[in-house]
Amino acid sequence: MFDLWFAIVAVMFTAYVVLDGYDLGAGALHLIVAKTDEERRQVLAAVGPFWDANEVWLLAAGGALFVAFPRVLAVGISGFYLAIFLVIWTLILRAVAIEFRSHVADELWRRFWDTAFAVASTLLAILWGAAVGNVIRGLPLDAGGWFALTLFTSFRPVPPVGILDWYTVLTGVFALVALVGHGATYLAWRTAGAVHDRARSLARTVFVVLAVLWPLVTLATAVVNPMLLPALPGRPFAWLGLLGAIAGLVTVFVALGRDRPLAAFLGSAAWIVGMLVATAACLYPVLLRAVPDGTFSITAHNAGNTAHGLRVALGWWAVGFPIAVAYFVILFHIHKGKAVAAADGQGY
Amino acid sequence: MDPTFWHRFQFAFTITYHYLFPQLTMGLALLILVMKTLSLRSGSERWNDAARFWIRIFGINFAMGVVTGIPMEFQFGTNWAAFSRYAGSVVGNTLGMEGLFAFFLESSFLAVLVWGERRVSRRGHWLAALALFLGSWLSGYFIVATNAFLQHPVGEAMGADGTLQLASFWQFVLNPWALLQYAHTMVASVVTAGFVVAAVGAYYTLRREHGETARAFLTTGVIAGLVASVLVAFPTGDRQAKLVARWQPVSLAAMEGRFESGPYAAITLIGQPNVVEHRMDNPVHVPGVLSFLAFGTFHSNVPGLEAFPTNLWPDNIELLYYAFHIMAGLGTLFILLMALAALQLWRKRLHTSRPLLWALMLAFPFPYIANTAGWLTAELGRQPWLVYGMLRTDEGASPLVHSGTVLFTTIGFAGIYLALGLLFVHLITREVAHGPRPAAAGEVSHV
Repeated sequence: MFDLWFAIVAVMFTAYVVLDGYDLGAGALHLIVAKTDEERRQVLAAVGPFWDANEVWLLAAGGALFVAFPRVLAVGISGFYLAIFLVIWTLILRAVAIEFRSHVADELWRRFWDTAFAVASTLLAILWGAAVGNVIRGLPLDAGGWFALTLFTSFRPVPPVGILDWYTVLTGVFALVALVGHGATYLAWRTAGAVHDRARSLARTVFVVLAVLWPLVTLATAVVNPMLLPALPGRPFAWLGLLGAIAGLVTVFVALGRDRPLAAFLGSAAWIVGMLVATAACLYPVLLRAVPDGTFSITAHNAGNTAHGLRVALGWWAVGFPIAVAYFVILFHIHKGKAVAAADGQGY
Repeated sequence: MDPTFWHRFQFAFTITYHYLFPQLTMGLALLILVMKTLSLRSGSERWNDAARFWIRIFGINFAMGVVTGIPMEFQFGTNWAAFSRYAGSVVGNTLGMEGLFAFFLESSFLAVLVWGERRVSRRGHWLAALALFLGSWLSGYFIVATNAFLQHPVGEAMGADGTLQLASFWQFVLNPWALLQYAHTMVASVVTAGFVVAAVGAYYTLRREHGETARAFLTTGVIAGLVASVLVAFPTGDRQAKLVARWQPVSLAAMEGRFESGPYAAITLIGQPNVVEHRMDNPVHVPGVLSFLAFGTFHSNVPGLEAFPTNLWPDNIELLYYAFHIMAGLGTLFILLMALAALQLWRKRLHTSRPLLWALMLAFPFPYIANTAGWLTAELGRQPWLVYGMLRTDEGASPLVHSGTVLFTTIGFAGIYLALGLLFVHLITREVAHGPRPAAAGEVSHV
């Protein structure tokens, strides 16, 4: 039951990264691929109907984490206190930028929100990447099971650690590159004309950078968390994830070359899913790794809930999850086809 | 500085600000659904135009509700980590269900409702309105059920590690406190929506604008406002108070500023609690009514604060007393105003009764005040407990987050929320000035 919930939480967070990832990426790069007001509104029409539902995966994943592993939520979120507020405020700025931009047809108003959308999306992608980096590197949990991190210490991933060091900054940048690539393939799929062309050519560049960064980040990970990679051979899910990630990346390059943007987007999604699955499988069963030696680590087995409680929660989750997936099928069906800016100035 | 105070201050500030928006959108979702249904059944464009205007207002309010709601979810972890660790296995259920069952429903169909009228059929657009209504009312239930667990914990058991675990899912989810509090809260949100819709109708009518649509707003707002104002007092408010009397007698005593116990307990209409000297200053009482309202007979004994040790007293008796009396007093005035307006509506004279239209136009802030005061009553009345009778509030705060840090982020919120509020007022004012858009010119779409 504990293992199952570890998997459920991993699935929920992965869904968040894949889905909200493309609108984060699209936000981070839209100033580059969309130049005119009409092109920007094309981008917004492509992500507007989706971003909120995508972001709900974060809340739903957080809810799953809360009920299944309350210690992780309590210790993790309070330990990253200031960083979490950066995330919250960035989420607010981003949501407001998307929703309020098109209400006023004024050039300065719209430029302001376009920039806010780009800045907030970029910052969020980096913050999420750094968060993953922190979890991989480990956290200074004490005997009581708590920690509090400063923003940075010596910028080295050794105790006393801070939220930002060279490794977590690297994972932050890596996440930004991955999500920008993801967003570019999404825009190439969902738009036509100049935005499509620019997104496609940008995606090719970004994925080359990603392919170069990947081995570097993997090497850095092996240095920072020496337990992670040696676990890989014994973890079938990690193998599966790794294969999926490689296949996804190859698909992206082939599909971008042949201008098959949907295939490229799915390849990019496969790469993200594969990477997250492999990471989760290697970390298992640890949820919050304690530095220096892992004595106080929080795992799926000591994170607060009981087998009975998890069985009960599984009951409602098993009902709710397929419904949520069904909503997304309907959502994509309603908004299928290339996104275009509304002619009468209404809409996103 | 006491960190718990600042954690409470921040939570109170952010939740009070947040609840300005859902209290309108939950009630408005129902009224929009009614308007869309009327339009679908009669094929009338008047109701569709009315709905379209309110959908735009709904969209702006909903966005504000989303962005101010996100911090609330995180604050369980950031500010109340010890509580989350203690009760997460229980309250994580309702919070998790809210995401899965309510937020996905709302967020998936919001864009269809707000921007997609042309993309879907009339029935499809009606379905989107239904989805938003169901989603927002479900969301309300899960949050109220979470709060009800704090007010009146049921369905839980103490785990081996000293944290709460779920014993009975259905007992927890169908907490009798939750059912009543939900009814009371949701009806109160319809009061807000009714008053706001009526206020805009009154404004247009006073300006002699948007004749037919303004009349539709007045009709909808006044009928919804009257029905909801009555229901919020009786039976839901009355039953809620009886629950407090039974399970939180010390809170009831504080709400009424009652220090001494005894039968024929009086209800206080006006007066200021003097906590130092344990008495009420310049009270205006009605004897026996409190006994009757709380327990059904005039001679019932209603315990006063002195019957309880002071460490069980709510820690802000004055504010609790004022909040409760503001809520109850305003609630009574709402019934009077809406009854008068409904009478004139029935006599077909409402649109020419200018003084009454002025009153309706200016009344809309007061349901917001009453709703806020109601939540203050519930939350201050629960003190000093975070989980009633089980976990004290100061035991629930994050252990390693210091008061200065919380003050810092609170100031950050104050700045951001000020900017958001200005933006919100700007956009809403534009919409109201623009007025309802006829279908041909402004049928919205994001195509």
